[in-house]
Amino acid sequence: MKNSILALLGSVAVASAVVPATAATLDDVKNRGTLRCGVNTGLPGFASQNDQGEWQGLDIDYCKAVAAAIFDGDASKVQYSPLSAVQRFPALQNNEVDLLARNTTWTMDRDTALGLNFVGVNYYDGQGFMVRRDLNVTSALQLSGATVCVQSGTTTELNLTDYFRANNMDFNPVVIESQDSVNTAYEQGRCDVLTTDASGLYASRLEMSNPDEHIVLPEIISKEPLGPVVRQGDEQWFDLVKWVHFGLINAEELGVTQENVEDMAANSENPDIRRLLGADDNFGEDIGLTNQWMVHVIKAVGNYGEIFDRNVGPDTPLKIQRGQNALWTKGGLQYAPPVR
Amino acid sequence: MEEQVAFYVARGQEPSLPPPRSEVGLPATLRKNLFATPLDSVITVALGLFAAWAAWNLIEWGLLRAVFTGADREACLLPGGGEIGACWAFVNAKLGQFIYGRYPLDERWRVDLAFLLLVLLTIPLAIPRAPYKRLNALLLGIAFPVVALVLLTGGEIGVSGGWVAFLFTLAAFVSAAFAGGSSGARPALLKAAMGLAAVSLLVLLIAAAIRSGRFDLLGFEFSTLSLLAFLLALASVAASLFAGRTGGESSAGAGRVLMPPLVTAVLVAALSVDFGLQPVPTNLWGGLLVTLVVALTGIAASLPLGILLALGRRSHLPAVRLFSIIFIEFWRGVPLITVLFMSAFMIPLFLPDGVSFNQLLRALIGVAIFSAAYMAEVIRGGLQAIPKGQYEGAQALGLSYWQMMRLVIMPQAIKLVIPGIVNTFIGLFKDTSLVYIIGLADLLGTVRRGFSDPNWITPSTAATGLIFAAFVYWLFCFGMSRYSMFMERRLETGHKR
Amino acid sequence: MTADTESISVPHERISLMRDPHTRGLVIQILMIIAILAFASWLVNNTVQNLASARIASGFGFLSARAGFDIGQAPIAYTSNSTYGRALFVGFVNTVIVAACGIVLATIVGFLIGIGRLSRNYLLRALSTIYVETFRNIPPLLVILFWYFGVLSVLPLPRNAVELPFGSYLSNRGLQTPAAVFEQAALLTLAAFAFGIAATVFLVRQNRKRQLETGERRPILWLSVGLIIGLPLLVFVATGSPVTFELPTATRFNLVGGWQIKPEFLSLFLALSFYTAAFIAEIVRAGIVAVSKGQTEAASALGLTRGQSLRLVIVPQAFRVIIPPLTSQYLNLTKNSSLGLAVGYPDLVAVGSTVLNQTGQSVEVVAVWMVVYLGLSVATAAFMNWFNARMALVER
Repeated sequence: MKNSILALLGSVAVASAVVPATAATLDDVKNRGTLRCGVNTGLPGFASQNDQGEWQGLDIDYCKAVAAAIFDGDASKVQYSPLSAVQRFPALQNNEVDLLARNTTWTMDRDTALGLNFVGVNYYDGQGFMVRRDLNVTSALQLSGATVCVQSGTTTELNLTDYFRANNMDFNPVVIESQDSVNTAYEQGRCDVLTTDASGLYASRLEMSNPDEHIVLPEIISKEPLGPVVRQGDEQWFDLVKWVHFGLINAEELGVTQENVEDMAANSENPDIRRLLGADDNFGEDIGLTNQWMVHVIKAVGNYGEIFDRNVGPDTPLKIQRGQNALWTKGGLQYAPPVR
Repeated sequence: MEEQVAFYVARGQEPSLPPPRSEVGLPATLRKNLFATPLDSVITVALGLFAAWAAWNLIEWGLLRAVFTGADREACLLPGGGEIGACWAFVNAKLGQFIYGRYPLDERWRVDLAFLLLVLLTIPLAIPRAPYKRLNALLLGIAFPVVALVLLTGGEIGVSGGWVAFLFTLAAFVSAAFAGGSSGARPALLKAAMGLAAVSLLVLLIAAAIRSGRFDLLGFEFSTLSLLAFLLALASVAASLFAGRTGGESSAGAGRVLMPPLVTAVLVAALSVDFGLQPVPTNLWGGLLVTLVVALTGIAASLPLGILLALGRRSHLPAVRLFSIIFIEFWRGVPLITVLFMSAFMIPLFLPDGVSFNQLLRALIGVAIFSAAYMAEVIRGGLQAIPKGQYEGAQALGLSYWQMMRLVIMPQAIKLVIPGIVNTFIGLFKDTSLVYIIGLADLLGTVRRGFSDPNWITPSTAATGLIFAAFVYWLFCFGMSRYSMFMERRLETGHKR
Repeated sequence: MTADTESISVPHERISLMRDPHTRGLVIQILMIIAILAFASWLVNNTVQNLASARIASGFGFLSARAGFDIGQAPIAYTSNSTYGRALFVGFVNTVIVAACGIVLATIVGFLIGIGRLSRNYLLRALSTIYVETFRNIPPLLVILFWYFGVLSVLPLPRNAVELPFGSYLSNRGLQTPAAVFEQAALLTLAAFAFGIAATVFLVRQNRKRQLETGERRPILWLSVGLIIGLPLLVFVATGSPVTFELPTATRFNLVGGWQIKPEFLSLFLALSFYTAAFIAEIVRAGIVAVSKGQTEAASALGLTRGQSLRLVIVPQAFRVIIPPLTSQYLNLTKNSSLGLAVGYPDLVAVGSTVLNQTGQSVEVVAVWMVVYLGLSVATAAFMNWFNARMALVER
């Protein structure tokens, strides 16, 4: 009888007793055979599921790119975890995902106090406002007294407060935990204004039953550099994801595309391209991969420009111009250190 | 003797007169039940109008103006922009997702099979007259979870040596208990069996803290210490076997003793063998599947845990009692949503580096602990209702504490609180809808995710989806409550005054 | 396991220590305490290690940092410059408000439906049963979502707000009523009100005492009404109506000014009330049924009217059965108010989850939640126990 009680108590302790050895993230991913990627629960253009349940979007392509780099071109070895805004950081901190590619704004607090590392910026965004056309509002400065719908647990919520405070305007916030509930509340007329990142606004507008009834105001009230995030404390993994990102931008700059990548890898005389695609030097092996890592990545998802155009560009329903997200050579902000 | 009978005295039984006109037929029934007093009449008329209005609206919305078929939102939008009723086409198109989530299409038969097995095992258990109750319960309680786990996940679960040793240690305890139950068992050997199993558990605890060498045995990765524990557990089983056999029992006794380790071996084998099923990670599960998995696990875990906690709360040992009280009152005092937040955000922090539970498992742990606390209180109610004479009678018969509980007290107590237990189950089933908030796609969650599909956004999509979800929940809960009423009536054995 | 019959005939034989219930109990308890402590310290140790390796700061220092976000419904002074601690407190106050309002309405509706289920009127009985069976078997979260999206879709935009009497408006931004702004002199009215209540309580006591002594009852209903309502009204008029009304006015977007009840509150409040009412109705029904028929018959035999027998005989006895389960329903309602998160009602959990996300302090925020809800539970339970003790009949 004593033993039975002991057994009960012991079982709790033993249940989690058998500890596998800790390993670096890259080794974990390789052993597991899949990359665990934290993504948005549903944001058209960045991460959403089609009718067959397949994931697609700009952030999804980043997950695929990293998987292709690790698994020699097999971009399907990704396990997607849809995460809400509130869940995303704990999920990464607690090692439930290896990589967080979920339109996450890079801020100092998140970079330093939350134990996270931002890899780079895969989309320069800014917060904007959407209103009903029939309100006849043309500027965000006319929004004093409005009711604003916003998702909880985002930088958006903080920027909103700061903006109205700085311009001496009042507002009534309606703060809801999931973006689809926020959209529904706005559509039902609970709020006059919907605010989120501009890219998200265009996506939300698409989800309205009549998109033409809504307009996005010209003001962008914040800097929202969105990018993939990894855990602090694993430099090798941080470097790997960072250079997959830089590799994608460099590839665009050097004109390497999904179509010509094999040809370039074999025949290009340009030393920059040869280094990027692993014809010269051992950059791939230095970060724990094969030297053809970038060939696999580009073959799987294309370069940054191709990813952008395919998911959010002018030919997609979102119709977003490159703008700040153009390469630095074309007047944008996308700039990558050289592979050298 | 002749007697002069006055003519006005009846000579025989006259047929009884029909009741007054005002007391029979439809008008009387109506008057008695609906228009007994002026106030009643007012209430009836008002409620009648309200009921008719509500029923008409419901029918109009749900049937007359509803759209039943269609490929996308166009079907549920009137060209002129007028209002339509329910958009059942949305439910129709998404039904697969509502039931299975994103479970791969080709593998959905596995879910169906698991569900079928569940129904086949539950129905005979629920029908009082069906035979083989014990076997049925064992199949449902032990075999079904393993089969379902293998079916749903695809099996090939990496069971580590530590887990194998732990399961065998538990089996050793059960074996020793069985051996002790047979008359004339040798106490020395029994004691040895118990001791060996206890040492095995201790070794496992130490193995948890200390990392020792690793090697493979039969395909399981053992550490030195966990292997030692495993061997100790086997030795304990052997001791139990001899303790029972030398007692002069037939081979049936030996069979009982050997049963637990054999069952464990089969289970471990079933879990780790490759059946050639494609693995389906839990983040693809969704819809009704997740709702049922969470609810059933919660139900299965809460009953034994609840019984232990209830016994602990009525224990004579102050430390045990205090612990049980604190445990029960703590979990009953906080909302489930904070428990789920805790299991989502804090369990990973509680675990050592490198160990991680997946999201579903963490939610399950939270739900199980939460419902166990409620169950404990229900069962305590039953325990308190058992007259003291029953305890004293059992003790006078020389039964040990656990024998008394198992054979005398618990059967009576549980019978008394069956309605309470089922009510707790119903509450648990409804509470599963909260797992959506921590990111699991249960039935309500999948339905709500369906709202944001641009293909199906119409003014009536949300209402249709929510009504559908409400109906499914209602069906399950109402069914359970009806069954509980049926059992209540059946089990009434004349205690009612 | 089995009783040792030998030891009875040989009382001096030394028995194993494990057979001694006291020793055994002690050993079990010590082992259990050790196991619990070991388990707890293992958890704490892991948590500390994990926090350190993830470089997450811990401690409650963040409570005094600037919150930076706004809260939709702040019954106490709060701006985005307030601290996280203040934000959590606002959430707590909101939880208490919705729980308190919900408890009142749920009790009223629950009693009506519960009595309705025992009515002689067939229609009333049937509809009450349908109500109970429907709401008891749907998850509360669904009920809340229904009310929220239902309320939003039925009510008009603020531009087309429904005008109600007394300058109130109803729109999908909520119910907007004129706010009363009191001047200093209004305190006198308040004092008169307090005096009226005190005097009524005194009168009721006197009357009861008198009834016990002489068996007579004096009608004091109208006197009480006069004291509680009439007297303050008199004082109010005498001091020159020291109140002004701030009327809601339409601006470009919203109606501004006055008191506002937001749809988030409204839907959560109604959903919780109607959901819990179904359970309360069952409790009330069971309580009334539990009073034995003999009591009703005895009351009739004493010549009490139906109303008197209900008021003096049935209900007081039913209350004894009703109160304990009613308490747990009140606690359930309070805990279910945390579901306001799903519709954006800024209660403790909703504000807490925002704080959790802004600061990453999951352990601390969850700890705050648990402590507050446990405190609320203990407080409600204590009050209801006190009430229960007062209502309980003194038994032989």
